[in-house]
Amino acid sequence: MKPRVGQTLSSPVDTTTVIVVRAPDADVELTCAGVPLYDAKSGAPAPDGEADPAQLGGSQLGKRYADDELGLELLCTKGGQGTLAVNGTPIPLRDAKPLPASD
Amino acid sequence: MNLTMLLDMAADGFGNRVVVGPREGGLTAARLRELAAGGARAITEAGADAVVYLAVNGPAFQVALFAAAYAGVPLVPVNYRLGQEQIDQLLANHPRAYGIVDTRDNDVVTRSGLVCRTPEDWLADTADRADGAEPEAAFSEAPAVIIYTSGTTSAPKGVLLRHENLVSYVLGTVEFAGAGEDDAALMSVPPYHIAAVSNALTNLFAGRRVLVLENFIAEKWLELVRAERVTNAMVVPTMLARILDCEDVDRSVPSLRSLAYGGAKMPLRVIERALAEWPHVDFVNAYGLTETSSTVTVLGPEEHRAALASDDPAVRARLASAGCAVPGIEIEVRDELSRPLPPGTPGLIWIRGDQVSGEYAGQGSAVDERGFFFTRDQGRLDADGYLFVEGRMDDTIIRGAENIAPAEIEDVLLRHPDVTDAVVVGVPDEEWGQRIVAAVVITSGSTVTPDQLRAHVREHLRGSKTPDRVAFWAELPRTVTGKLLRREVVAALQADEQPVAH
Repeated sequence: MKPRVGQTLSSPVDTTTVIVVRAPDADVELTCAGVPLYDAKSGAPAPDGEADPAQLGGSQLGKRYADDELGLELLCTKGGQGTLAVNGTPIPLRDAKPLPASD
Repeated sequence: MNLTMLLDMAADGFGNRVVVGPREGGLTAARLRELAAGGARAITEAGADAVVYLAVNGPAFQVALFAAAYAGVPLVPVNYRLGQEQIDQLLANHPRAYGIVDTRDNDVVTRSGLVCRTPEDWLADTADRADGAEPEAAFSEAPAVIIYTSGTTSAPKGVLLRHENLVSYVLGTVEFAGAGEDDAALMSVPPYHIAAVSNALTNLFAGRRVLVLENFIAEKWLELVRAERVTNAMVVPTMLARILDCEDVDRSVPSLRSLAYGGAKMPLRVIERALAEWPHVDFVNAYGLTETSSTVTVLGPEEHRAALASDDPAVRARLASAGCAVPGIEIEVRDELSRPLPPGTPGLIWIRGDQVSGEYAGQGSAVDERGFFFTRDQGRLDADGYLFVEGRMDDTIIRGAENIAPAEIEDVLLRHPDVTDAVVVGVPDEEWGQRIVAAVVITSGSTVTPDQLRAHVREHLRGSKTPDRVAFWAELPRTVTGKLLRREVVAALQADEQPVAH
């Protein structure tokens, strides 16, 4: 799939929901617990699959998961048990680099 | 990307944390969401296509902002200080609006036919309907917020801020739940200012409790900061100047960690004094416009301190800069034919990014084919990407054939030790087209003369930039958000020069 900035993606096997903050201009496979994430609002059916017991590292509400090489950043809007992965590789949690509060 | 997503996340992540109002008795994130859901039902049942908010800042505003978002209609905060005619004109654009209006303004609004309830009634009504049912954001193409520009240089325009614009800004600049449990932010700008909207969103997303000072009084601000142990505050430059000018009161702010300012040009003297008086406070200068969903550049705390301590003129000068672009924002300085200019060269400021709306009600999008929005501000970037804003293009004085930026002359006047405020405008002149006239506020007890101030300008700038006249005024006309009312200055100076009829 080709994620779009602003798109909400959900996991069919747990509660994980993310919003795409940065997206590469390329096709990538985004999964949670090994099962593809999908855009529930697009009307597309939820992908079939079982959660991979080896990919249950979890994701945390409000945290950012980013692959800087790919130019991909996801913000977790609902946490879950599955590990977020891109093209089969877990997406690292990005360190917070907060700006000074400006307003 | 809906504003409701931010509140949903807050309620999920720290639902029991008080995020609005006093520590005791304020609204938790979960309660704010319940009230917003109840409010959304009230708006939908009324068949409203917008929520007009014509009242001071407070919990009713935050509830209205998110209730409108769940209902899928825009929130339209309106300046309660406008005259009858202007309010009528704005309200005519929203005939099916749901009105939340302070009692004292009811007469003005009732005449427009808008059905109104007070902020208190609004909160009571939303509480009655808050039954804990899960809110669902309505599908809607409507903007999240419509803010009318202050219209200091032209007729007010309705800026359409879409959910994507505002959410992009929040996600680009704030870490979720990044604030400490004891953090508290104090907001002093009125709800019809973009900073009030962005502040309500960013503080909620950070998990920071927000307090408001409904009507700014410097002494009250100081008292509230100490009483509520405020850690973060946002002010416009005139507010900071007034706080520092408070005589015979305790000006200590021990709990304050961060003070953000913006909205108008900060006089160097004021920020230097603030840095010296409150060395423990992190100062943040933010530059942005309504059309850009608030902040697009930030000058951070370390940059303030480095500038103050530095002997390097380039670093020192940064105290007067608006800082560097925030993530997701690109800045171009262009010439009048829209060609990009190299660093150091003054020109016109253009901005691109997901948070940039650049869209006006009834006029469509004002961004160019590459997605850049023209701010109508003049300025330059330095070699390291620091932006220096040098005033509105519309304020340019044309004397003879020469374009003169008033900001440059104002800066020189403000550097004079006896000058506390200054504005420079062009007044119509038969010979020159426009003449340069300065209206200046001097310190009490000063014996400086107009000719001495003209000589002071001539020492620093070339002769054609010397004001033809300097008038001494008790104060300059500004909006409550600190913007100079230049048209009023010109009108008063012209009236002043009319020969007296006998």
